[in-house]
Amino acid sequence: MSTDDQILEEFTSKEYEHGWSVDFEADEAPLGINEDIIRFISAKKEEPQWLLDWRLKAFNQWKKMTEPNWANVNYPKVDYQAIRYYSAPKQDKKPKSLDEVDPELLKTFERLGISLQEQKRLTGVAVDAVIDSVSVATTFKEKLSELGVIFSSFSEAVQEHPELVKKYLGSVVPANDNYFAALNSAVFSDGSFCYIPKGVRCPMELSTYFRINAANTGQFERTLIVAEDESYVSYLEGCTAPQRDENQLHAAVVEIYAAKNAEVKYSTVQNWYPGDKNGKGGIYNFVTKRGICAGDNSKISWTQVETGSAVTWKYPSCILKGDNSVGEFYSVAVTNNFQQADTGTKMVHIGKNTRSRIVSKGISAGKSQNSYRGQVEVMKRADGARNFSQCDSLLMGDKCGAHTFPYIDIKNKSAQIEHEATTSKIGEDQIFYCQQRGIDEESAVALIVNGFAKEVMNKLPMEFAVEAQKLLALTLEGSVG
Amino acid sequence: MISIKNLQASVEDKEILKGIDLEVKAGEVHAIMGPNGSGKSTLASVLAGREDYDVTGGSVTFQNENLLELSPEERAQKGIFLAFQYPVEIPGVSTTNFLKTALNQVREARGEKALDAVNFLKLMKEKMKLVDIDQALLSRSLNEGFSGGEKKRNEIFQMAMLEPKLSILDETDSGLDIDALKIVADGVNKLKSDQTATIVVTHYQRLLDYIVPDYVHVLYKGRIVKSGDKSLALELEEKGYDWIKEEVAAV
Repeated sequence: MSTDDQILEEFTSKEYEHGWSVDFEADEAPLGINEDIIRFISAKKEEPQWLLDWRLKAFNQWKKMTEPNWANVNYPKVDYQAIRYYSAPKQDKKPKSLDEVDPELLKTFERLGISLQEQKRLTGVAVDAVIDSVSVATTFKEKLSELGVIFSSFSEAVQEHPELVKKYLGSVVPANDNYFAALNSAVFSDGSFCYIPKGVRCPMELSTYFRINAANTGQFERTLIVAEDESYVSYLEGCTAPQRDENQLHAAVVEIYAAKNAEVKYSTVQNWYPGDKNGKGGIYNFVTKRGICAGDNSKISWTQVETGSAVTWKYPSCILKGDNSVGEFYSVAVTNNFQQADTGTKMVHIGKNTRSRIVSKGISAGKSQNSYRGQVEVMKRADGARNFSQCDSLLMGDKCGAHTFPYIDIKNKSAQIEHEATTSKIGEDQIFYCQQRGIDEESAVALIVNGFAKEVMNKLPMEFAVEAQKLLALTLEGSVG
Repeated sequence: MISIKNLQASVEDKEILKGIDLEVKAGEVHAIMGPNGSGKSTLASVLAGREDYDVTGGSVTFQNENLLELSPEERAQKGIFLAFQYPVEIPGVSTTNFLKTALNQVREARGEKALDAVNFLKLMKEKMKLVDIDQALLSRSLNEGFSGGEKKRNEIFQMAMLEPKLSILDETDSGLDIDALKIVADGVNKLKSDQTATIVVTHYQRLLDYIVPDYVHVLYKGRIVKSGDKSLALELEEKGYDWIKEEVAAV
């Protein structure tokens, strides 16, 4: 066994830090999916008829679809009838303010390191927290509404701004877009809604925390962000889940709409439970995220740090419809033990002089498989489209895999496309060099990995970057080489 | 400071060090010379704790402690510094960031408080003067795209920052032009004190014009076959290593 491998073996896996669950009284639907369940969810949320019809239509389309299998991941077939599609922590009545929220729930968030109160007071980050399926509390709502910014749970938005929801829901990710999007459209229970009116620069980061708590529960949240002309918003999303032996399904949909000159920055730190060292349990994270740069000169930027989930299948994408619009995708995906990630992006250039930039950093350790899958498509009338893609992979040890699947589809001769890819291994030399300066093995790995991922980490808002750095180190504890 | 007795080491079952004896006291500078493949760099690596090498016999005592039982980082924390022949590149990590991590781990291990950003920067400024290194270099990724001279200067800068007890310079002169050599040697000389010791591993005598050794040892086929003062180095420069080889063969 080489020294590389020995170092690798020596590290002992650190347990998932967020692996606890809380017993709240939950308000649940029975297991399984059928029209009645969908009616149940819709009724629970007191939804208008049009939304119920939309869900039922999606469900009927979903029934006819088959689960896709083209991703470079393997997992046992999901039994969709064994999942609970609605679970809400029971609250006596709807909270009017944070002070009325169940203290148990708030404690849960404190354990996650997000004290809503604290956030409210100190950081000026507005938070919407979604536990299992229901949005629990949204901070800073009043302050934001003075500017005309709407930031609320999806359910609230359906009640209070049905015209906006109706206009944009499914406009970027149609209900029948793909298998998991259709499932989400049928059963989504909550999520966040965000609307930035014309000319408003949202003065604070908007943030959502998602947590799956109840057993056998799927989480199907829906996020919709609409940025009107000349507006700006930076949106953060964080996720955790308790440790459970059985796999849990997470199939979310995120839609972003950017009008003329609007800019949306969407950052994710995904830390769903990845399963134990032997690959037991963990979240299946099958997510559809897409933004449309509908207006000229608009910009959508995705930044993601993916450290969790047993299986990740996700391609935050940009449709660059407006002329001169810009799409960006910055990603760090770390896999360890038996994790599998197939992630990347899709940039569709429709408008003239549209630009896209893809920077993907994959880090694989243990027996994990990490794939980048990206598509750059330049349509016929997209004169002067440009894309730059860079995909770097870092391997630790010799039992993991890194794969790159770039697809390029060009229909306009003026397009300029660049693709760079590298694969490297954390060297024993690098680790020894650090050690010789007094840095222990684990810190050395954290240092090297963070250096590797720096370009992407720098894109994260500050308060998230620190958390993300720690997460990277934590995910890799138990892995090096 | 360090006492090496009958040290034997092998790599992939090939015996490289066949019984080294060496005693280095505080305040001393020892030069280890020898032809290529004699085991000079192996000795440096074994002392620093590189895991590719298996120590098969002998002992090394460093400040009354069994050095061979310590991990590489513990050795570093206790004051052993190796200036690498080929410094390693770490993309995305600046020298500043790297050194801050290193220094604070070393301080923690020594029971000292971590330096905050202000004091760290102050210390850095002070040491930068010592080895005449440019701040711009320190904010670039560690050793990435550095010239040979910049890499070596950066090694000596790190040495200045970490204030080791025993510094081992592994072929620090290789790849340096004479000006760079002078700057590096000058830095090493400024860092010398009666509390510290230096082992200079080199193939050529020229570095020893600038870092003047108290003792010179010739390593050949894994053994120290000859020891003397600095005049031995001059003799080697003049005559080459062949006469030593012949002497050994005659025994």
